Amino acid sequence: MTFVSILSIFVLACFVGYYVVWSVTPALHTPLMAVTNAISSVIIVGALVASAAAGVPGAKWLGLTAVVLASVNIFGGFAVTERMLAMYKKKER
Amino acid sequence: MHEVAQSPWVAFAYLVAGVCFILALRGLSHPATSRRGNRLGMAGMAIAVVTTLVTHVPVIVDVLPPGAVGLDDWAKPRVDWVPVVEILAAIALGAVIGLTTARRIAMTAMPQLVAAFHSLVGLAAVLVGVAAFLNPAAFGIADIVTPMIGQPFAVIHQVSRIELILGVAIGAITFSGSVIAFLKLNSTMSGSPILLPQRHAINLGMALAIAFFAYGFYATQSPLDFWLVTAFAFIIGFLLIVPIGGADMPVVVSMLNSYSGWAAAAMGFTLGNTAMIVTGALVGSSGAILSYIMCRAMNRSFISVIAGGFGAVAGGGAGGEAIDRPWKRGSAEDAAFLMKEAGQVVIVPGYGMAVAQAQHVLREMADKLKEHGVRVKYAIHPVAGRMPGHMNVLLAEANVPYDDVFELEDINADFAQTDVAFVIGANDVTNPAAKTDKSSPIYGMPVLDVEKAGTVLFIKRSMGGVGYAGVDNELFYRDNTMMLLADAKKMVEEIVKALG
Repeated sequence: MTFVSILSIFVLACFVGYYVVWSVTPALHTPLMAVTNAISSVIIVGALVASAAAGVPGAKWLGLTAVVLASVNIFGGFAVTERMLAMYKKKER
Repeated sequence: MHEVAQSPWVAFAYLVAGVCFILALRGLSHPATSRRGNRLGMAGMAIAVVTTLVTHVPVIVDVLPPGAVGLDDWAKPRVDWVPVVEILAAIALGAVIGLTTARRIAMTAMPQLVAAFHSLVGLAAVLVGVAAFLNPAAFGIADIVTPMIGQPFAVIHQVSRIELILGVAIGAITFSGSVIAFLKLNSTMSGSPILLPQRHAINLGMALAIAFFAYGFYATQSPLDFWLVTAFAFIIGFLLIVPIGGADMPVVVSMLNSYSGWAAAAMGFTLGNTAMIVTGALVGSSGAILSYIMCRAMNRSFISVIAGGFGAVAGGGAGGEAIDRPWKRGSAEDAAFLMKEAGQVVIVPGYGMAVAQAQHVLREMADKLKEHGVRVKYAIHPVAGRMPGHMNVLLAEANVPYDDVFELEDINADFAQTDVAFVIGANDVTNPAAKTDKSSPIYGMPVLDVEKAGTVLFIKRSMGGVGYAGVDNELFYRDNTMMLLADAKKMVEEIVKALG
């Protein structure tokens, strides 16, 4: 992909992010932070590329360490969000 | 390099993952759709991880002996299972740590947990950036140049150098900043601001040094410049958060949330990966908007929060002279009687309620009142907890239905029709001085109009202490205010008893 097409995706995604986040109800701002934290661990993609590549052992081990850190975040982030969201209940009636 | 070999389906899969992430946030617009959103987020992550693993699976291609015939099968590339197993083991290790933490963490400790998680994203971004710098060919960001004399070497594309150095710098700031935020929120470190002399000059110098060496890396791909930028970024992240006081931590946590997103986006540029770029933009805007909401709720400018020092000076003389003014004291029985007879009671919880662990007994009290035919609502100020939305989670944990809980702008008009406002563990967010007293440090901050209620019941440990902002509360001395001086949990327990 060219730099300009990547930049286009980025700029448009910023606008999407702006409108989507304003539509989040304030009552769910803590789960919002937990889930954004989980999804920002998509950085694991870069970590996997580094761990799978042969040639430079240092890069590979850094990659594997990053895989551990990112997956702590992915599993922990989604699980804690799920736990919080399960607590939000409607009035019984 | 990699782009050439990629099938269009790969890019499509990352796009789907990106859309899943957008829908995950979209689901949070209402509690009823939120869990479906979270599941979509998980699905998006699974798609991204599996796609990467499948397209980057390491292979061994055996070299054919010269002149070999009929060995076509042998020459086919085979999967190299060793790194695959290593990667799966790394994911499993992370999963165990993450799931255990998520299950055990107390809801009051949520801000610390989120800060800790941010630091992991930051560190992961740094590690990925360093790995990409050490092995640029694997990331498809370099050309291999073979000179006439000497070893072939990798020349990283110039645009990739910018992306790489940005990703590493933002990641490092996120990491060290989040570590400090974690230590402050966890009370491992004092919440009061630590002010270094000349800190603004030091920070400016650091920022200039980072810009200078980053330019050096861009121009020459010098490893020394790369390491210097990384080191300075770690230090500046630390220096930026140290002077910020405990009261401003909600802004800091949101800001670091935003940074972790920008770090992921920068790495997404390096890899040309749609899922990472979309996520980075989403998380980056999310954190920025939350910081803005928190600043607005405190009537502080973002710059003044970042500059730090709030809570260090305000604690002094303010409000000292007001202690002698007359005020009314009430008992649990008085409170129970007033609320039983009321048509509508609005409960205003603050962080003090969570500290006293009074949320469960508070819900019991609300249930008792409902049995007596009283309408009960909860009013939440945006900065009532230690992070955005924290109080809502704490009430949800105590089984308070979310349709009983109202935000500031939705409930403020209601106080005039409210018989009793029940303030528990909140202080500054109810102070009418924010509306009237121009000399007050909290002047202009949006507050809950509790004084418009028929009676205000205010639970407080003693008359002496002041709120986070270090100012006396005008509300204590009003005719319609009754002070209930006790530990929040004990007082509510006694009220529950008195309600019978």
